[in-house]
Amino acid sequence: MSLRLELVDVHAEIEGKEILKGVSLTVEQGRFHALMGPNGSGKTTLSRVIMGDRRYKITKGSILLDGEDITNLPAHERARKGLFLTFQNPVELPGVKLFTLIRSSYLVHHPDDKRSFQEFITYVQSKARLLGMDTSLLSRGVNEGFSGGERKKSEILQMSLIKPRIAIIDEIDSGLDVDALEAVAKSLKDTIYTEPKMGVLLITHYQRILKYLAPDTVHVMMDGRIIKSGDYSLALKIEERGYEWIREAR
Amino acid sequence: MDKGSKIDEIIEERANGDRIITRARYPHVFREGLDRSVVEEISEIKGEPEWMRRFRLKALEIFNSKPMPNWGPPLDIDFNRIRYYVLPDEVKARRWEDLPEEIRETYEKLGIPEIERKYLSGSVAQLDSEGVYANIKRQLEEKGVIFLDSDSALKKYPDLFKEYFFRIVPVMDSKFSALNGAVWSGGSFIYVPENVRVDLPLMTYFRMNMMQEGQFEHTIIIAEKGSYVSYIEGCTAPIYNVTSLHSAVVEVYVKENAHVKFTTVQNWSRDILNLSTERARVERMGRMEWVSGSLGSRVTMLYPSSYLVGEGATASHLSISLASDHTWKDNGSKVIHFAPNTSSKIISKSISLKGGTTVFRGLVRIPKGSFNSVSHVQCDALILDESSRNFTFPHNEVYEESATVTHEASAGRIGEEQLFYIMSRGLTEDEARSMIVLGFLDDVMKEIPLEFSLELNRLIKLKISELGGTG
Repeated sequence: MSLRLELVDVHAEIEGKEILKGVSLTVEQGRFHALMGPNGSGKTTLSRVIMGDRRYKITKGSILLDGEDITNLPAHERARKGLFLTFQNPVELPGVKLFTLIRSSYLVHHPDDKRSFQEFITYVQSKARLLGMDTSLLSRGVNEGFSGGERKKSEILQMSLIKPRIAIIDEIDSGLDVDALEAVAKSLKDTIYTEPKMGVLLITHYQRILKYLAPDTVHVMMDGRIIKSGDYSLALKIEERGYEWIREAR
Repeated sequence: MDKGSKIDEIIEERANGDRIITRARYPHVFREGLDRSVVEEISEIKGEPEWMRRFRLKALEIFNSKPMPNWGPPLDIDFNRIRYYVLPDEVKARRWEDLPEEIRETYEKLGIPEIERKYLSGSVAQLDSEGVYANIKRQLEEKGVIFLDSDSALKKYPDLFKEYFFRIVPVMDSKFSALNGAVWSGGSFIYVPENVRVDLPLMTYFRMNMMQEGQFEHTIIIAEKGSYVSYIEGCTAPIYNVTSLHSAVVEVYVKENAHVKFTTVQNWSRDILNLSTERARVERMGRMEWVSGSLGSRVTMLYPSSYLVGEGATASHLSISLASDHTWKDNGSKVIHFAPNTSSKIISKSISLKGGTTVFRGLVRIPKGSFNSVSHVQCDALILDESSRNFTFPHNEVYEESATVTHEASAGRIGEEQLFYIMSRGLTEDEARSMIVLGFLDDVMKEIPLEFSLELNRLIKLKISELGGTG
């Protein structure tokens, strides 16, 4: 069964300020959506609202997962139903070993896993190496003193181990140089196209990462709304002409 | 790495204080209150030498003449409502099986014999006022290592005992050291001869079983030149909802090149006031480590001190304190650098929740002439909800120009972004909170023996789950 995430006319605010002004969007498992838009258009807010960041208040509309209303579910229950969010700037957790977080969250998602503790360490290390990640990071505090690239890799590592059914990937390309971007895009591709395929909502400011990933659908968000959707050619057009033409064209 | 997941397998509803009550014989349970006749009767029952009887009476006078401390946490002690001597049974066993069954059963439930078999060089068990069990591995005994309850040590090694009794802690140090001098009973006595290393730790398990009880143990550790010993004390009690008092004095003598590690994990019940004095005297190139986990009790006042009297001596003070349910943990450290090239490190981690108060009081003093001495003080506090508090009072007195003292302090709360991040990985809010708290404690936690860090872990998780969705 493939999972289906549906947003119906979602309005959300933080500290009394409305950020999302009626977003409707459907992401199905196996489909790859890109969400583009200028800074401040509400992309990151959308990712947090989908995952259940309780600092945002949903004032109207609903979020459905396979038809079930999850608008008021806490984040961990959404995660257990198969949603995952990679953070643009994941927070530091001083003293919490990355491996501890990985082990605990993995067991939540894969309670029947038969690997011994030692086998699990080896498994995580091999996954980390595939991402070109220094395995010593596993015994450091989560994101503590990690470089930008290391943070992104840690997010992808966690996603690849948990194997969510639908992932929201928020600006995984920000702050990376060209080489790091290519490496991150490649590992992302390996992760999301491995069977069973994931559904993806990839949020990005630029189209450069999309070159490596070829999305099925491209959405453009401005001022808290999705104002245009199309195929990959829409991303190319944005690269050429920026965002303003879309607003003007409306 | 696996500490966290191992804990989850241990599920037992036990917080501060338990429900295990020992039905011992109790040939002597003193009436409440303290006067000369109480002190004389204690000395009489113990069959002590005359000098000790006179010492006790002198200490009682000092106790009566000293005012209560006018600083620190509120202390609602009625000294007339405490029983100053409680003898559970006239037994000094060397084998667990020689203890009366009801006493042995308590220790079995607490898992002490098993811990001894697996992890220790020896252990002492003190129930109420007296040590009821003491054992040390034969090969250590043959090398001259002494490990006994303090009363037995006074009987067997009177001169050695007298040489170190109330020396680094003077009896007039405070009202509570004087009280200990007057009514002390039990505690551990450890003597490690020159160049002997005691590889596995020695442990004493203190248990208070009676209500309105006072436990006044006096512990002495002597580590001769080049020796090493690690000593652990564990403390527990059942819950009664009537105030009891634990007031210990600990004296540690670290000779040239010797190394002593002293670990306390106290999980007293919420009825107990824990007001103890702990001090070490460290000679040339000696090394003293204090590790403390302060989890239980209603009020704790504890400030382990290191007097670095010889050149190159070092001290390290690591502590974790957890104050919940309106308890007050007043912890701290005191290091005096009396000699050149001495160094100290103080790390304190405190957590307050559910109306708990944590206080850190630090004193580092480097007098003129203690050239090139170095001290680092770090105190971090985590406050888990709006009703809880932390206060930090660091005090550094540096009179020597070539000395270096650094100080870092932080006080914070768990961030909403941290919770959201962990919850987005599928963990509940409680699990997220526990994870952050254990991370906060991580650098001190690894110094605590595994058995106790498991206990600590479990307790923190339990406390946080009681906290529920607040904060």
